[in-house]
Amino acid sequence: MRVPATAGYRQVHRLAGILALALALVGCGGDKSPREVILVTHDSFVVSDDVEQEFERETGIDLEILMAGDAGEVVTKAVLTAGNPQGDVLFGVDNTLLSRALDGDVFEPHESEALGSVDPTHILDPEHRVTPVDHGDVCLNYDKEWFAERGTAPPRTLEEVTLERYRDLLVVENPATSSPGLAFLLATIARYGDLWQGYWRKLRANGVLVVDGWEEAYTVRFSGAAGSKGNRPIVVSYATSPAAEVIYRDPRPSEAPTGVIEDSCFRQIEFAGVLRGARNEDGARRLVDFMLSKRFQEDIPLAMFVFPVIREARLPPEFVEYAEVPERPLELPPEEIEANRDRWVKEWTDIVIR
Amino acid sequence: MWRTVTYAVPLAFLALFFAFPLLSILERGLRADGSLASPLDVLTGPLTRDVVWFTFWQALASTALTFVIGLPTAYVIGRFAFRGRRVVRALVVVPFVLPTVVVALAFLAVLPAGLERGWIAILIAHAFFNVAVVVLVVSTFWASLDRRVSEVAATLGATPARTFREVTLPLLAPSLAAAGSIVFLFSFTSFGIVLILGGPAYSTIEAEIYNQAVRIFDLRAAAILSAVQLICVGLAVWITLKLEAAVAVGAGPRSERDVLRKPGTSREKGFVVGALGLLAVFLGAPLLVLLERSLAVGDGYSLEAYRELARPTSALLVTPWEAVWNSLVYAAAATVVALAVGGLAAAAVADKRGPRALDVLLMLPLGTSAVMLGFGFVIAFDRAPIDFRAEPWIVPVVQALVALPFVVRIVAPTLRAIDERQREAAAMLGASPGRVRREIDLPIVSRALALAAGFSFAISLGEFGATVFLARPDSPTLPVAIFRFLGRPGEINAAQAYALAVVLMGLTAISISAVGHFRVRRSSI
Amino acid sequence: MLRAEEVTVRFGVKVALAGVTLDVARDEVVAVLGPSGSGKSTLLRVIAGLQRPDSGRVLLEGEDLSPVPAHRRGIGLVFQDHVLFHHMDVAGNVAFGLRMRGASRSEIERQVHDVLDLVGLRGFERRSVATLSGGEQQRVALARALAPEPRVLLLDEPLGSLDRPLRERLLEDLEALFAELRVTALFVTHDQAEAFALGDRVAVMREGRVVQVGTPDELWARPADTDVARFLGLANVRDGTVVRPEAVSVRNAGARGAGDGVVEGLVRHGPTVRLTIRLDDGSQLEAAVASLHHPAPGERVTVEIDPAGVLVVPDNAGS
Repeated sequence: MRVPATAGYRQVHRLAGILALALALVGCGGDKSPREVILVTHDSFVVSDDVEQEFERETGIDLEILMAGDAGEVVTKAVLTAGNPQGDVLFGVDNTLLSRALDGDVFEPHESEALGSVDPTHILDPEHRVTPVDHGDVCLNYDKEWFAERGTAPPRTLEEVTLERYRDLLVVENPATSSPGLAFLLATIARYGDLWQGYWRKLRANGVLVVDGWEEAYTVRFSGAAGSKGNRPIVVSYATSPAAEVIYRDPRPSEAPTGVIEDSCFRQIEFAGVLRGARNEDGARRLVDFMLSKRFQEDIPLAMFVFPVIREARLPPEFVEYAEVPERPLELPPEEIEANRDRWVKEWTDIVIR
Repeated sequence: MWRTVTYAVPLAFLALFFAFPLLSILERGLRADGSLASPLDVLTGPLTRDVVWFTFWQALASTALTFVIGLPTAYVIGRFAFRGRRVVRALVVVPFVLPTVVVALAFLAVLPAGLERGWIAILIAHAFFNVAVVVLVVSTFWASLDRRVSEVAATLGATPARTFREVTLPLLAPSLAAAGSIVFLFSFTSFGIVLILGGPAYSTIEAEIYNQAVRIFDLRAAAILSAVQLICVGLAVWITLKLEAAVAVGAGPRSERDVLRKPGTSREKGFVVGALGLLAVFLGAPLLVLLERSLAVGDGYSLEAYRELARPTSALLVTPWEAVWNSLVYAAAATVVALAVGGLAAAAVADKRGPRALDVLLMLPLGTSAVMLGFGFVIAFDRAPIDFRAEPWIVPVVQALVALPFVVRIVAPTLRAIDERQREAAAMLGASPGRVRREIDLPIVSRALALAAGFSFAISLGEFGATVFLARPDSPTLPVAIFRFLGRPGEINAAQAYALAVVLMGLTAISISAVGHFRVRRSSI
Repeated sequence: MLRAEEVTVRFGVKVALAGVTLDVARDEVVAVLGPSGSGKSTLLRVIAGLQRPDSGRVLLEGEDLSPVPAHRRGIGLVFQDHVLFHHMDVAGNVAFGLRMRGASRSEIERQVHDVLDLVGLRGFERRSVATLSGGEQQRVALARALAPEPRVLLLDEPLGSLDRPLRERLLEDLEALFAELRVTALFVTHDQAEAFALGDRVAVMREGRVVQVGTPDELWARPADTDVARFLGLANVRDGTVVRPEAVSVRNAGARGAGDGVVEGLVRHGPTVRLTIRLDDGSQLEAAVASLHHPAPGERVTVEIDPAGVLVVPDNAGS
């Protein structure tokens, strides 16, 4: 669909269309042919060109992708338009947002035949209103070189991070504004239950630095990111971040410069679902099925830096070697997250920021 | 007939693409629990009070600081001819279009420890972003003022300071009000800068609306806060327009070449060098950090990140250059829409008999929560004849919505300053009203229009605010590409994000300097 | 040819024009003379179509212009302070009306050249109007109005903003130009010398009314009332009696105690000298003397008045 050589030409046509429509202030949108399926997703969604073309070739359906903001906005918009959706399939709702989407009656149940090859721990909705597509983990990362230079061992557990010798070393994202920040807060709640507030009091006493988003935490404050001038060797990031540090460094180092504290990992699963009221419901079901195909699943790791959910998918060698898949990641039921998220974030704010 | 068109078209545009979606989402939000409950609980919450207060004073302080930093340069550019004048005009706009995240990260690196976080950092960053508005809007107007007026004041015994205060300032007032209201609105609705540079303890109404709508999913609170923001913004705009009208004076616009002259005395030369030097440091330091980061690969520096822009990347799966091209196409379309609608609106606003309400209404999109407007779009345009939600043209239309106030604020004062007798003279020579607009108004405002076009293009290129929250088809644009790269770990990704920011800077500088080259055909046989 | 008929214009409660009727014949130049605020500029704007009258109408060659907008009237207007188009060069300004008429390029070029030649600005085509002197700007304004060959030319204080020597030179040029082109023109001025020099006839306006119309000689010989007489520059006006200054002859009173009064002031106007004389009864008298040998200020003089130079006109001192 996106052929570089002709992109300019197509854009000119699009421009002409835009002008004609915009200036006349009339439009007849909505006339979508059934030969087209619209995937509503968040800004971070990526699919390889040839994979997209394969879907279109196999099914004869054109795939249109509509990016509707970050994951929170995508779900909110889906809830606002429940029954009369923007597109046919929604991808990008994760377990922290799942209950909001399900409560909003956004999806049409669809039990894909390919579910059989999916790790059952990823299937969170027994009614199959959503289908798991990928998973990833939010974990504490540490700067190997920083600890090696000082001859100290990096922390191995969540608990150890509160020790005096790790004072002023940790940077985390604000759970009120950042998705990995929220995941890390959930990790501590999953681990400590009702005692989580005590843990955060200890972190605060131990000099935790809170910043607004991942970009600042990882690329500015964290000492382990390439080119960073940061001075915090422990950061909340992803289990795949060490692999990225290898892949995107030139020349590639033989060993990942950063490591993951497995004990701290919180599982994030991303789901897709057929939107209730989809104009092309049949196409939507076929798209969700396609997202579980080996072709699509194997495209996921290097496109979005998360892991596939079907067992048959082969991982790229960089992932096998450098990315960690924690054995027992921390998890919380989506209903519990939905019911308590706001209260937890408020309480966290009172403890850590005020 | 023409007058009707001048306000009917902008009104229809705003009604359809602004008021309708915004009111839809406010209505939905306020009825969230099925009935209209009193909003007092949200309004009187201690958090609301703190946030509203902080939003107000930081916006006022940011506007003041922006003037302090921008006015000397506006004076230099508006009064003196010197080599590189056009380059300065172009470079000043560069910060204005950069994505906030990129700028915020650069500031974290530049500001001295202790200052890099908190309200001081917020004010400095706001001034950095908005100084272009003050410099360009005020200097363009300044350059059209008759220099002899201040010379007369001097011969009457006024000191330079006195002349500035009592003669120049009142004459400049319309442009000061125009620039001030825009800077105030941008600071008032600031979001990314406040979150990153302010740290978790600071929040604006805009940030709180986002928090309530997206994180907490309390649409009712979000709608109430949006209404509060809208009322505040409406009031602020109304007051500045009152000020603008109260002080508006008819100063015949003169062509720049009659006004500009080379700095003569050593004092003037010193002022020019000083003002430009100060601005260069203020704007240059963060920009240089961006440049440095785009070049920093491995232990040294190289153009690797730029070479990578030509290759398809896993972050976009197209080449970043394609993202750049997409941005250019959208920005061009948005500019055309903004000029067409904004030009008409400027004519309506400049007409003394025209409705004042339109002027206020035009400014409101700048002060509206982008996320709520985005939500409004998906629920308002959801039925068959107007299901625009998946239309690609909705993106430039919304970008035009943001660019509109610039077009109007830049073009209307010039239009207003045209001597009515110029039009009469043309009519006496046989020009019909339409011909008068084409032959007199259009050429005279063409410089202002060109400037407005440059701003619109740059704003759309940087995809400011609202469009981030809109549904976009899958053609990644430049800012989207920057966010993608920035959102991924890995050295090359970061370097490419900064390299694209540098490309954005370059495109902005080019488009604004192209505007500076714009010349009206002076002979017309 | 041109007729303003019973034209009335009100601005709020102020009456700018109160039923003004004025005719201009073909190839005739009529000057409208009046002090500022007399409504003369408003009359011009009504004729031009820039101001809609509250009542009355304007006829051009018998056609009622009321429904015709300004740009279709075929009337040229030269504004007081030029109002040139600063976004165009000299040629662009002069060519404007021709372009509006849809003239061909070659026709425009020829006409612009000819008209600039006519007003003495040959070779000024590419000059920026901002670089021109006041007199040159006024010539461009005139050329611009003349180029499309209007049926009637209106001029609003055409020389008002120029300094005296320039004014006098341009006045002569205008006289020559009007004579050469045989234009039908109406111009307003507050300067009687200008009005008398250029106007075939002069209409005197006061407070929104035309109080007198006539050739300069007629006006000079028989002003309609004392106010008109004063406005025309007849200083010796008292109780409905007007004594022309040139009818007053002045001699040095030889002996001490003889004579009628003392010379108080003296102003030279080109070849003539105006003396202000304080008569012994306390009143003032002005005398215009052509002789080089005239009494000096402070000297006592004997005054003689030629009865032919004394007129009696209606006295409107009270109004």
